[in-house]
Amino acid sequence: MEFPIALMLVQDGITNGAIYALLALALVLVFAVTRVIFIPQGEFVAYGALTLAMLQAGTVPTTLWLLVGLGVAVTAVDGVPALRAGRPGRLLGVAGWNLAYPLGLAALLSILPLQSLPQLAQVALALAIVVPMGPQMYRLVYQPIASAPILILLIVSVAAHLTMVGMGLLFFGAEGQRTPAFSDAVLDLGPLMVPGQTLVIVAVSLTLIVALFQFFERTLYGKALRATAMNRVGARLMGISPSLAGKLTFFLAAFIGALSGVLIAPITTVYYDTGFLIALKGFVAAIIGGLGSYPLAALGALLVGQLESFSSFWASAYKEVIVFTLIIPVLLWRSLNSRHVEEEE
Amino acid sequence: MNAKLSPRLVLGAFLALLAAAPLFLSPFSVTLLNYIGLYAMVSLGLVLLTGVGGLTSFGQAAFVGLGAYTTAALTTMTSLPGWLAWIGASPWLTLLAGLLLTAAVALLLGSLTLRLSGHFLPLGTMAWGISLYFLFGTSESLGGHSGLTGIPPISLFGIVLDTGEKIFYLIWAFLLAAVLTTQNLLDSREGRAIRALKGGIVMAEAMGVNTSRSRMVIFLIAALHACASGWLYAHMQRFVNPTPFGLNIGIEYLFMAVIGGAGHVWGALVGAGVITLLKQWLQDILPKLLGQAGNFEVIVFGLMMILVLQRARGGLWPLLRRLVPVRVDNKHIDESAEALPRRTPPKAGELILEARKVTRKFGGLVANNNMSLEVKAGEILALIGPNGAGKSTMFNQLSGVDTPTSGEVLFMGQPVAGKDSRDIARMGMSRTFQHVKLLPTMSVLENVAIGAHLRGDKGVLSSAWRLDRAEEARLLKEAARQIERVGLGEFMHAEAGSLALGQQRILEIARALCADPCLLLLDEPAAGLRHKEKQALGDLLRKLRGEGLATLIVEHDMDFVMNLVDRVVVMEFGQKIAEGLPDEIQKDPAVLEAYLGGVE
Repeated sequence: MEFPIALMLVQDGITNGAIYALLALALVLVFAVTRVIFIPQGEFVAYGALTLAMLQAGTVPTTLWLLVGLGVAVTAVDGVPALRAGRPGRLLGVAGWNLAYPLGLAALLSILPLQSLPQLAQVALALAIVVPMGPQMYRLVYQPIASAPILILLIVSVAAHLTMVGMGLLFFGAEGQRTPAFSDAVLDLGPLMVPGQTLVIVAVSLTLIVALFQFFERTLYGKALRATAMNRVGARLMGISPSLAGKLTFFLAAFIGALSGVLIAPITTVYYDTGFLIALKGFVAAIIGGLGSYPLAALGALLVGQLESFSSFWASAYKEVIVFTLIIPVLLWRSLNSRHVEEEE
Repeated sequence: MNAKLSPRLVLGAFLALLAAAPLFLSPFSVTLLNYIGLYAMVSLGLVLLTGVGGLTSFGQAAFVGLGAYTTAALTTMTSLPGWLAWIGASPWLTLLAGLLLTAAVALLLGSLTLRLSGHFLPLGTMAWGISLYFLFGTSESLGGHSGLTGIPPISLFGIVLDTGEKIFYLIWAFLLAAVLTTQNLLDSREGRAIRALKGGIVMAEAMGVNTSRSRMVIFLIAALHACASGWLYAHMQRFVNPTPFGLNIGIEYLFMAVIGGAGHVWGALVGAGVITLLKQWLQDILPKLLGQAGNFEVIVFGLMMILVLQRARGGLWPLLRRLVPVRVDNKHIDESAEALPRRTPPKAGELILEARKVTRKFGGLVANNNMSLEVKAGEILALIGPNGAGKSTMFNQLSGVDTPTSGEVLFMGQPVAGKDSRDIARMGMSRTFQHVKLLPTMSVLENVAIGAHLRGDKGVLSSAWRLDRAEEARLLKEAARQIERVGLGEFMHAEAGSLALGQQRILEIARALCADPCLLLLDEPAAGLRHKEKQALGDLLRKLRGEGLATLIVEHDMDFVMNLVDRVVVMEFGQKIAEGLPDEIQKDPAVLEAYLGGVE
């Protein structure tokens, strides 16, 4: 292999690895705080990318109706007990977030000239549609069974994943989409031509990782999440509501997912079911970190990115097989380093 | 008169209907039934794995594919090397080859993930499922995405099973054999070990069950069922392509098990039936309703799963059972069964357990400091002390759950450190737990029988084919004997979870006795017992002492301890502050100070 090709592959690997790192961090976070293995993470990637594509095509994204639907469901689930308990204030809050917000967004989208908006505004709108589905999903799917065994939560995750893929097909059709790059600039580094999009991806990923770090270190809510991850019961006794922690975590995960989708849409064609494979690579990375360590997960993500990029050069047909079988030596290593069979909680 | 139906009658009626089905159903319906049979076989494996064992796999479709592709490749390829080609001569040989290959893969995957916490197995199987699917799709020699055609039909006793009506009987014979053997397995010594996996691992290990092995066994069985289903599928369809072996289908199998009722063998059949028929109907109606083509039934299945898991985790089977009043028979206890052999009891006064200068530090905290004690055959020793004195830590050192920082614990002259709970159980130490650990949905009899695990040796295959009945009768008789002995006879067939806490503690003692121990470690046995029950427990322990058993009790109840035991060791702040006869201890100034506080 010639050196410039190798450099290109490395660069490709870093670009994808950065995305996998973001997803892996979100997966570790969700698992730590809620014990949910968040399989539907990938659907947020696809929803983010395809919602942006629809906005850029000038149509009101069909995902908006899902947001409205979920909003109605959450309002029903939370609003009725609030009403019965004679807390109209709470009902108002629930309805505000879950009914007024989606409908307001719908009104806004029908007025705005979507196609001619600046790209950043389109991205913001796409995120505004997709991200709130995260906490809504937590409320409807996971919160009722928050204390169930991990296994049940995992099966529910898989069910939610399938549902979202099916709905993705309904919303976006079977056609793939690719969005225009955020930047056409090319950075010329001797033998290496770095496209602007790569820089955007790496920069955004790094910024987000630093921002998350700051969030967990500096803010009260970040500390609350960390406390919940460490000791759920203890955190609850200290007044941290588990459902708030859950919703907040899912908000972050949905944000990271949708943003990843927006970032990769210009470099790869995204189909309604692409997200799963992307997120699964994030999973491989997270498992490298034992679903517990953020730095190891991020390192794992870079490794997965490199492996994928080099195997697509040497054995492109077997690219996915190679990436997913990487999990086997990782599990072996984890297994050899683990002690006894633990009692399930 | 009992108005309920006998289980045999219901099963017989079902079999008769099934046997007659091809005579009056349309070929299309028979094909549907064939699919239901094939799917049910896979989801049956998942019932065992998920519903019973608390593990799960998303890669079952890949095991089905392994079975299907193995037979397809071996029976259709012309360019196989000589050492392989002979297998392709008969589908029955390729079934064997497929099963062997599947067992190898399952063993590998299992050994990688089963030592880790429960969620790594499903994640590993997910990756494995996807990888195999891509491999089938990209491998030229396996026909890529168009697959392999021209697979010969199976022949059985000269009959060529080349139509749906003919293979129908083979498929359902396989399924019924699988259901019955699974049912048999669950109702056996190995089955109790498997049922203990969900929520009873620490207890089961202490009773001598190798739980890692049990996990592996059910994962293997599930994989082999899937493989056999794939073999039948390939010879029914006569061609294979990768589509039915993808991850989504693997997930669908899990849905079948969960929706049907993952805790019951027949739930697999119900789930497979419901999902197959529903899928047929939804694939018809949804595209018309939504105006576009696609697999929209997954939306319905996904939502259904979420609802089932939120609202009715037992699935459909328990609901169905309420509709058909089938009698549930109590387990039969054969009084004529031969008694189990017993270990040679140690001579009275022989040293059984000895702790020598045991110190256990957790960081800077010294939980046990220089603790020494002895228990001899035919005596009861009490370990007492105020809260936080370090009794539980000491108990863990003695039972081998934890390893001392320094000093050693000898049981029957051998060091306990470094041995796992199973070895220690085998040496003759049996224990109860401070927080009762039993399997609430199993009967008292079955719970107690777990204690006798090490006194039987019949394995999975003999259990599945009922070759273990003589031994099983002996085990159950022993369990029943111990239950009568501790005075729980009237609750023999009740669910263990329905007993009062005090009775559950007594159950644990019966379970420990079932192991025929020479040392009994009891962690607060009298807690939660009423006065009469305490008296009965005291009488029992005195009787056991008379038989030469050594007993160590950690206890709070002073009246109970002082009237029962031979010697007392008192701990405070991790150290022994007194040791002696109950009367001496009650007058000991250090003990009085520890319990009542000093005189100001």
